[in-house]
Amino acid sequence: MPVEACQLAGGYGDRPIVEAVNLSIQTGEWLSLLGANGSGKSTLLRLLSRILKPQGGSVILDGQDIQTQSPTTIARKLALLPQQQTLPEGLTVYQLVSLGRSPHQPWWKWDLDEDGRRKVNEALEWTEISHYRDRPVTDLSGGERQRAFLALALAQDPKILLLDEPTTFLDLHYQLQLLELLHRLNRQQKLSIVTVLHDINLAVRYSDRLALMRQGRLWGVGTPNEMLTPETIGAVFEIETQILNTPVGPQICPLSAIAPADNGQAKV
Amino acid sequence: MTSTVRSPSTPPPSTQKRTTKQRIAFATALLLVGLGLIVFLSLTQGSVPLTSGEIVNALLRRGNPIHETILWDLRLPRVLAALVVGAALGLSGALLQGMLRNGLASPFLLGISAGAGLVVVLVVGVGLLQIWVPLGAWLGAVLTTLMVYLLARRGTTISVERLVLGGVAFSSFFGAIQSLLLLMSPDGQIQAALNWLIGSLNGRGWNEVTVVGPGILLAAIAGCLMARQVNLLSLGDDLATGLGTSLVRSRCLIGAVATLLAASAVSIAGLIGFVGLIVPHGVRLLVGTDYRLVLPFSTLAGALVLSAADLVARVGPVELPVGVVTAVMGAPVFIGLLYRRRAGGA
Repeated sequence: MPVEACQLAGGYGDRPIVEAVNLSIQTGEWLSLLGANGSGKSTLLRLLSRILKPQGGSVILDGQDIQTQSPTTIARKLALLPQQQTLPEGLTVYQLVSLGRSPHQPWWKWDLDEDGRRKVNEALEWTEISHYRDRPVTDLSGGERQRAFLALALAQDPKILLLDEPTTFLDLHYQLQLLELLHRLNRQQKLSIVTVLHDINLAVRYSDRLALMRQGRLWGVGTPNEMLTPETIGAVFEIETQILNTPVGPQICPLSAIAPADNGQAKV
Repeated sequence: MTSTVRSPSTPPPSTQKRTTKQRIAFATALLLVGLGLIVFLSLTQGSVPLTSGEIVNALLRRGNPIHETILWDLRLPRVLAALVVGAALGLSGALLQGMLRNGLASPFLLGISAGAGLVVVLVVGVGLLQIWVPLGAWLGAVLTTLMVYLLARRGTTISVERLVLGGVAFSSFFGAIQSLLLLMSPDGQIQAALNWLIGSLNGRGWNEVTVVGPGILLAAIAGCLMARQVNLLSLGDDLATGLGTSLVRSRCLIGAVATLLAASAVSIAGLIGFVGLIVPHGVRLLVGTDYRLVLPFSTLAGALVLSAADLVARVGPVELPVGVVTAVMGAPVFIGLLYRRRAGGA
C-alpha cells in the first residue's frame, strides 16, 4: 500500500484536531474523506501530505516514515491540490504546469528536459487545456483554472493525488467534468486518489471507499454501499436522511438537521 | 464527459508563443541599446566633454594624458560603480518582491536601510575615519536583516507577514535612534552622514568597484539561479511545500542573497531609494511574471536605470546626489506604472 497513517495525530498549535487515525490507502483506489465542518478532514489530508507535521503517530509512504524522507522524494510520489490556490499573476498555463516538474529537476536547472516537456504536455492533454497553454492563468474561468492546477499536480507524476475539496468553487457542470476526469485517471493510470469532498452524493458516486470523520477521529471506513445507511450518515453528519435508489446508484436525500448527541452516536 | 468548452476568442497557440519570444527579444534589445547609449554618454559627457575619438584614444592609453586620467580614473570607475550598484539593487528588489509576493517590497524592506544608516551615523558620530563607513554600513545591514529573520522565525516556519512586520518594526526603531543621533551631533558630521544617507556615487573609484564588485557579481549569479524557487513560492505555501520546496530554506537563501546584494550596494553608494522598488515593476510589464526572466532582466534594468540617473545627477549645472534624482524621478514613474497596470490589467 502506498500510504498509511498509524495512530496519526496533529493540528495547529498545541491542540490536536486529528487524533488516533489509522488508515491505509491502497494502490489505485479512490478514497474520499467525509465529515462535518471541523471534523478534521482537511487537517488529515495536510498531515498525509507532510504540509503539517504530526504531533503523534506517523505517515508511512512506500514503507518509510515521511518525516525521514526528503521533501523532493515525497513530492515525486505524492501530489497535493490545496483547496484554495494563490493565482500566480501573469504566469501562463504552460509555465504554471511546468512548475509541477520541480521535484524532478535539480534546483539550479532552469528549463525542462525532453522527458519533462513530454510529461507537461501529457498533463495538459489529460486535463484538456492544451489550447490554453499560452494564456495567463488569471484569464481562465474557475473550471479551467482548477484543471490547470490539476495538470500541475499530474505533471508532478505522482502515484498518489490528494485533493482538498476540488469541486467547491465550481458549478455542477465543472464539478462533474472534473470528477469524471479524475475517475479516468484513477482507472486508466492506476493513480491513487484521496479527496476531501463536501458533497456526499458525489463522493458516493466516484469513490471506492469512504472514510467518515467525526470530531477529529475516524468514525468508520468502508465501501459506499456499506457506509450509506441512514444510521451512519445520521451519526456522522447529524442529519436525518433517506437513501434513494437512483440511476447513478444509491444517493442520499437529506431530510432535516438533528440535535447533536455528545457520545458521538446521534439519535436518529 | 461533456465536451470541453472552447472559448471562441482563444488565439492560436503559435501567435501567443511568438509574442512571448518577441517580448523577450524586445526587452533584451531595449536594455542593451539603452545600456550602450548611457555608458557612451557617461564616458563622453561631463565638465570636460570628450569626443568618441578621444575616448577610443584614451581607452588605448595613447591620447592626451588628461583625457586618460578623466576616463580611467574618474568616469570609467564611476560608470562601473553605477552599473554594479544598480544591478544589485534591481535584482535584490526583484528577489524580495517575488519571495514576499508583494509589489511594495524594496531591497530596504527587511531593515537594511535602517541598520546601515544607524551604523553609519554612529561611525561618523564617534569620529571614525570615512573608510570605515562602507564596512560599517554593510555590517549594519546584514545584522539587522538577521535580526528580522530571527524575529520572523516561529517554530519551524518563517512567515511572510512576520518578515514584513519585523522589517517595518526594526526600520522605525533604528530610524528613530538615527534621527536622535543626527539631532545631537555637530553640524559638520550631519553633512557627512546626510551625504551618505541620501546616496551618491560622487568620487567612487576603482577601490569600491574592485572590492565589492566581485561579491555582487557572485551574488547576482546565485540570485538568478534561484528563479525557479521564487516561481514556486508564488504558488502559495501549501502548493510550494507539496512540490518539495522547503519554505524556510528557500526564504533564508533568497533573503540572504537579496540582503548581500543590497548591503553591498549600500556600502558603495549609500541609501539610493526607488531603484529596487520600481525596476522589477517595469521589468514585469516588459517580460511577464516568470521570475526566470524577471530576475536577469531586473539586474540589467537596474544597471541601466541607476547609470542613467547618475548621468542626470552629474551633467546638470550643479551635481546632485544620485539618490535625489532616483527619488524625484522614481515616484512619478511608479505612479505611472501603477496607472498603466490598472489600465492594461497586465
